[in-house]
Amino acid sequence: MGTTASQLGKDLLSEYQELTFLTKQEILLAHKRYSELLSKEDRNLTSVPMEKVLSLPELKSNPFRKRICHVFSTSDMKDGSLTFEDFLDLLSAFSDSATLEIKSHYAFRIFDFDDDGTLDGGDLEKLVNCLTGKTEDTRLTPEEMRQLISNILEESDIDKDGTVNLSEFQHVISRSPDFVRDG
Amino acid sequence: MAYSVDFNLRPIMELELESLRGDDTAQDSMKGTGLESGSRETLEMEVLTTEGRDRLASQMSDVRERADERSEESIQTNLLVRKRWSTTTLRVLSSMPSRSIGQQSRLEIISQCNIRSTQLRRYHRQTQDVSLSSRPSIRGYGIEADSEDVCEEETKRQELVNNLQSLSAGDRVRLLRATPLSLAEKTKLRKLVFSDKVGQSLLSSQVPCCSLLKRALCHIWFGCLFILSSLQLWQVALKRLGGRFGTGVLSYFLFIRTLLLFNVFLFLINGLFLVLPQAIYPPLHTPSSHRVTGLELFTGTGYLSNSLMFYGYYTNSTINTSCRPDEATAGTGCGTTSDPHMMAYNIPLAYCFTIGITFFITGIVLVYSMSKSFGRSFRVFKSQGNMAIKVFCSWDFKVSKKMSVRMQSENITTQLKELLSEVKGGEEEKGRLSGMAVHLLAWSISLGSTFFCALGIHCFAKYMHLRRLEDAEGEVSVLHEARLLALPGVVSCGNLLLPGLFNLVSWMENFNSPIVRLYVSIFRNLLLKVSILGVLCYHWLGKIAAEPEQHGLQCWESFVGQELYRFLLVDFIFTALYTVFGEFIWKRFSQGVLRRRRKPVFDIARNVLELIYGQTLTWLGLLFTPLLPAVQILKLLLLFHMKKSSLLVNCQASRKPWRASQMSTLFISLLCFPSFLGAIVSVTYTILTIKPSSGCGPFRNLPFMFHSGKQWAQELKSTNHKLAWLNWVHHCLVENPLFLFLLAGVFLMVIYIHTQVLDGQRKTISLLQKQIENEGKDKKFLITSLQAIHEKRQYPLSPSSRPQGSEV
Repeated sequence: MGTTASQLGKDLLSEYQELTFLTKQEILLAHKRYSELLSKEDRNLTSVPMEKVLSLPELKSNPFRKRICHVFSTSDMKDGSLTFEDFLDLLSAFSDSATLEIKSHYAFRIFDFDDDGTLDGGDLEKLVNCLTGKTEDTRLTPEEMRQLISNILEESDIDKDGTVNLSEFQHVISRSPDFVRDG
Repeated sequence: MAYSVDFNLRPIMELELESLRGDDTAQDSMKGTGLESGSRETLEMEVLTTEGRDRLASQMSDVRERADERSEESIQTNLLVRKRWSTTTLRVLSSMPSRSIGQQSRLEIISQCNIRSTQLRRYHRQTQDVSLSSRPSIRGYGIEADSEDVCEEETKRQELVNNLQSLSAGDRVRLLRATPLSLAEKTKLRKLVFSDKVGQSLLSSQVPCCSLLKRALCHIWFGCLFILSSLQLWQVALKRLGGRFGTGVLSYFLFIRTLLLFNVFLFLINGLFLVLPQAIYPPLHTPSSHRVTGLELFTGTGYLSNSLMFYGYYTNSTINTSCRPDEATAGTGCGTTSDPHMMAYNIPLAYCFTIGITFFITGIVLVYSMSKSFGRSFRVFKSQGNMAIKVFCSWDFKVSKKMSVRMQSENITTQLKELLSEVKGGEEEKGRLSGMAVHLLAWSISLGSTFFCALGIHCFAKYMHLRRLEDAEGEVSVLHEARLLALPGVVSCGNLLLPGLFNLVSWMENFNSPIVRLYVSIFRNLLLKVSILGVLCYHWLGKIAAEPEQHGLQCWESFVGQELYRFLLVDFIFTALYTVFGEFIWKRFSQGVLRRRRKPVFDIARNVLELIYGQTLTWLGLLFTPLLPAVQILKLLLLFHMKKSSLLVNCQASRKPWRASQMSTLFISLLCFPSFLGAIVSVTYTILTIKPSSGCGPFRNLPFMFHSGKQWAQELKSTNHKLAWLNWVHHCLVENPLFLFLLAGVFLMVIYIHTQVLDGQRKTISLLQKQIENEGKDKKFLITSLQAIHEKRQYPLSPSSRPQGSEV
């Protein structure tokens, strides 16, 4: 039901308003931005390919941009393309009024690089590399990485199976006051 | 550290034109692990036979095992990932409830939604933040085959729809919104729910008449929300600042906004109950001739001293509203007092009560926000390490500029490395002694400079008073008025220069962690401001108020009000000059002469303390200058825009880590404790012990200011017997010390009970963690036994058929 029409129907707008955490103004602006992403040739497409989404200025420098696209994409081909509704989902999950549960759920899925439902050592290593950046002087040495991962697992893996599942992740998140802050 | 992307949906002016670098960290994200679960089988797995599957699975677990060995050598307990499992075992592993939550398994999410909606239905309560815990007792479904899956999903969905229909509309909307399903799914669910109830949707087109009303109300409500959200002050500017500089700097601007709201409240209350009545019925004053020069605006003297701004203007009489304004005189008021339609407005009483109530409400709001802030930042298990928290929560998704992203990465790397080195522990012995000496030196320098500054201000104030006395004997000239600005100027200079000295001094010190450095710097600045304000208060309340004639003043309250007004204004002027010139020049200097590539950094702690200082002055001056909040409002508005522009031009994001919520807690508590408490103490001291001047103001004939309230209570007792019990209550509660002791005792008991509850909760949490650990061990044991049995069946003669016992 992704719409590429230039106008968003009133019923559709109120439905989106009810189902997401976005206000009416934000949904209209999102629609405008999304339409700009679709170039003239593919007016008939209902989803925007991943490269176009990644060209948004807000996502361009984000090290997690590809994971974000994959997580919110509902396309069958798993290519990370987003329909308008996926786009709204993305904005809603990242908005200030989203609940802690929603944010932590999507955060978990974004950090789960191999999509196996838990954060194991490999996921954690990729996560830390994303956080610390690309340049050589900001990366951690392998020894530091190992120690960091073992500390993380020690702190957050409650059932000691070597991975952090969603419940444990949410437990860690709920302890941090900085995770959900307005403004 | 906010987890929200700021999609500033206006066209962005500066576009980064660099090409996207391929991000290879996330490329293997879509490589399926080959672990089947319902609809997620990869194509390869379908083609192979069972043995082939086993081979592939073992290959994949080999790959993973190698990866694990690289990264998790030290972890002994990782049984569930390293072994070569059979297909059955893998299937069971992957469909374990704890692992399948995170996957896009709609069934699981729908069933969770189900559970929650059932709870809602039963308890009619709002949805709490229930974490999606894996409770095996509730979810007993094994996800084995596709066909069963689809069936299961359909029944679950139907159940969910039924549950949703029985909820109220508000709960339904909230539940749907908070479910982590995709929007397409939610739309389908919503259609199913609403299709059975025709005309129930508030926004459908065929409506009976009562739904029209609901629809209109709904529209009005959304309209109001929209207006409210667009009125939220400075929303766009704040988002832009947060995106570029991060949450630390943002907290400074949010603090400005908070202070602005406080001052607006003060201004409204004072204006409505105090200034407005007096403005409508102005008292008679002998018109004095003052030359109108522009300097009056800065010094508060001249025509301003007999205006609504200051204490001296207000009468000490009751205004009777039936009087014409020119008939109102000091004394008993005009007209017959027996006229029942007349309303008497007692100005001294209004003055006393308004100030009292303003402070009371401000105090309550401050304490409430402080406790909320504390509750947010304090956690039960704070003592445990926070590396996991740092890794999971410290990425600020609001930041979108490339430079800021890089800065954030550097920040996080620094923090992680620091934490790791802390864990490794161990300090060198020999550095300790010299470090101590440096610390001592630094502290002595800062304390000494603070002391000398305070002493200097004290002496200078005395000198200025003497000069003023001399000037008062001569004729009034512009120079004499300008001299009034000397003391505020000196104080502001001290306020600006000494923190720079403190920064210099702390730069040569060596601290264990940057957060300690920050706290030390805040403490030193705070000490400076407290001592300055203490000296000034002693001067005003201790010296001037006690012997006003010696200082040549008829109306010492107006004088003190004018002083505070001058201080506020001069402080603002100096801050403006410093922001415009100081930061700009420093940037030029550091880039040109020192050849630093980076722009200077915005010093958050120092700026926030200056804000708190300004607010303290406002609170101190409220008693003497009822319109001072208006001045502060203007000052804050201008300050916001000035600091914002200066920031965007001159500064860049700080490299130092900034714990936003802890710092906000600290600032609010600093606002509450030294600042507000100090103001309250001074005002109470003034009201209770200092004799008001006899020539001006609403309390001119009373021995103490609070006597107006006492007099009114006496009158009440004699005129209106029904309200006499108020007097009795006042006598028993406020003047009786026993009541206060009881109150303190009750508070202490409440605090003790809360600490005990907290203790109990800690113990419960550690017990539950132990229990989860034990269940994890059980799980491992079962899986290894399962694997052993499978191996025994497949390879009966192989030596590896020995059952592997569970390892710790």
